[in-house]
Amino acid sequence: MTINYLGSISANDLPASFTKFFVEPVSVGFPSPANDYLESPIDLNKYLIKNGAATFLVRVSGDSMLNANIADQAILIVDRSLKPKHGSIVVASLDGDFVCKRLQLKPRLCLMPENTKYEPIYVQHGQDLDIMGTVTAAINKFE
Amino acid sequence: MKLLALVDCDNFYASCERVFRPDLKRKPIVVLSNNDGCVIARSKEAKAMGIKMGIPWFQVKTAYLAQGGKVFSSNFALYGDLSKRVMNILDGMVKKIEVYSIDEAFLDLRHIQQPSQAHEFGIYCRNTIHQWVGIPVRIGIAPTKTLTKVASHVAKNKSNGTGVYCLSNKEQITHILKTLPIEEVWGIGRRLSQQLNQLGTYSAYDLMQMDIRFIRKKFSVVLERTVRELRGEPCIQIEDNVDPKKQIVVSRSFRGKIENLNLLKPLISNFAVRAGEKLRHEKQKCSQVSVFISTSRFNKKLQHRGYHSFQFPCPIDDTRSILMGANRSLNTIFRSGYPYAKAGILLSHFSNPTCIQRSLFEATDQESFKQDTNLMQVIDGLNSYQTQIYYASQYPAGSSPIQKKMVSPKYTTNWWDLPTTK
Repeated sequence: MTINYLGSISANDLPASFTKFFVEPVSVGFPSPANDYLESPIDLNKYLIKNGAATFLVRVSGDSMLNANIADQAILIVDRSLKPKHGSIVVASLDGDFVCKRLQLKPRLCLMPENTKYEPIYVQHGQDLDIMGTVTAAINKFE
Repeated sequence: MKLLALVDCDNFYASCERVFRPDLKRKPIVVLSNNDGCVIARSKEAKAMGIKMGIPWFQVKTAYLAQGGKVFSSNFALYGDLSKRVMNILDGMVKKIEVYSIDEAFLDLRHIQQPSQAHEFGIYCRNTIHQWVGIPVRIGIAPTKTLTKVASHVAKNKSNGTGVYCLSNKEQITHILKTLPIEEVWGIGRRLSQQLNQLGTYSAYDLMQMDIRFIRKKFSVVLERTVRELRGEPCIQIEDNVDPKKQIVVSRSFRGKIENLNLLKPLISNFAVRAGEKLRHEKQKCSQVSVFISTSRFNKKLQHRGYHSFQFPCPIDDTRSILMGANRSLNTIFRSGYPYAKAGILLSHFSNPTCIQRSLFEATDQESFKQDTNLMQVIDGLNSYQTQIYYASQYPAGSSPIQKKMVSPKYTTNWWDLPTTK
């Protein structure tokens, strides 16, 4: 017997009525009683991030915020859409470097560390300070 | 009056490089094309230094760096992510949006009646994007798409620093169009503007005044639409972006020319692997893999362009199949002795992966099919942080001849590249 290979057909060339065959198995048997109660698994993104478009992750280097439970190498969730208030923990750029500190607006503008080893940074005239965003959470990994 | 807006990011790639580098505020920045060949984006400061768009980098390098300019290789992972954020914000503000390119979007402002309200909305939009993402935008508001392009042009130069310009009343439109050269009008290329110049049409206003029937007869329906749009009649609708991609292309040009098949093969394999990742990310399957290679167009003596497609009997999304098809295509078109300067791969003929027509002669072993799918998922997962698994035919990390020496970290898409506090 001879077999001639006549070429291939693509699915687009087939008439609409052409029956497609499926090789997925169809499950028979009793449906799971839990099906009606299926919920999506817990999603950390939902818990940690309110406004995805405005949220950025920043890694901490150093222990100047230890007393605010922000350890070295923690990942900060920074929301740029929240207006920073007196007492907010913020990521700011000061003279071109990113820093994480507690923002103090009164009695005078100051970036407060949360570790007595470090001095408060009183922002002087002529210094370039931009608040990038408010820190809404910090993730410290233990293992 | 129905109004539209065009949101256009200022010097987008250069602005992206600045978001996580506050030290580069007010510094000149340029971004280079894929092979560090040409300048493809410039910050305001770099423009002021006279760096021209598209100029080969080696021509300006020494003088530019001596004056303290900063340079980056292109970092599309970063630009793509920031672009998505900007578009998401806009999407939440209006009912209908057309993402026109990585840094432009048209908005439907039908919820706004008054031009003054539209202007206010524009300012709100601009401030929000700047605060949330750190990208500066300008916004042109007008009754038609073509006029929003004009308005955006005006917003760039004279909007009193607001970056928003609303072009809505007749006298204002006439006034602006009289000063606008015809080649600045959306959709009018150099050739067409030369033809129109010969007819004594120099400004956008001249074009607007031309007879519609004459335009349609002598030129095209497309130009007729442009003329109508300049007059304020909307002809080009805002299109929602729902079409899934029809093809995927990965291509590069390289500086060191490649004459040896054994050096070109791993490069094509790199493209094939990247294309496969994109294909699975889009949840598509393709049944055609094409490879193209070409010599530099500046090399007049030895010129060759090759293109070949490999057809699969049924749609695939497995990188190993793509590699096989790419390799066969490359073997067909490659000619030794030619210095190839550009190569690429194209995946096409997509089909809906939920409804696959199987080949009659193909093994329809359900178990092995599932294993293949799982394998690709695992490899994609492992490589999503950092490429860890390579196919044997690829260039290993860092040895690819494509140059990209000055690329910034992937601040928003890679755990190891996050911005760090001091």
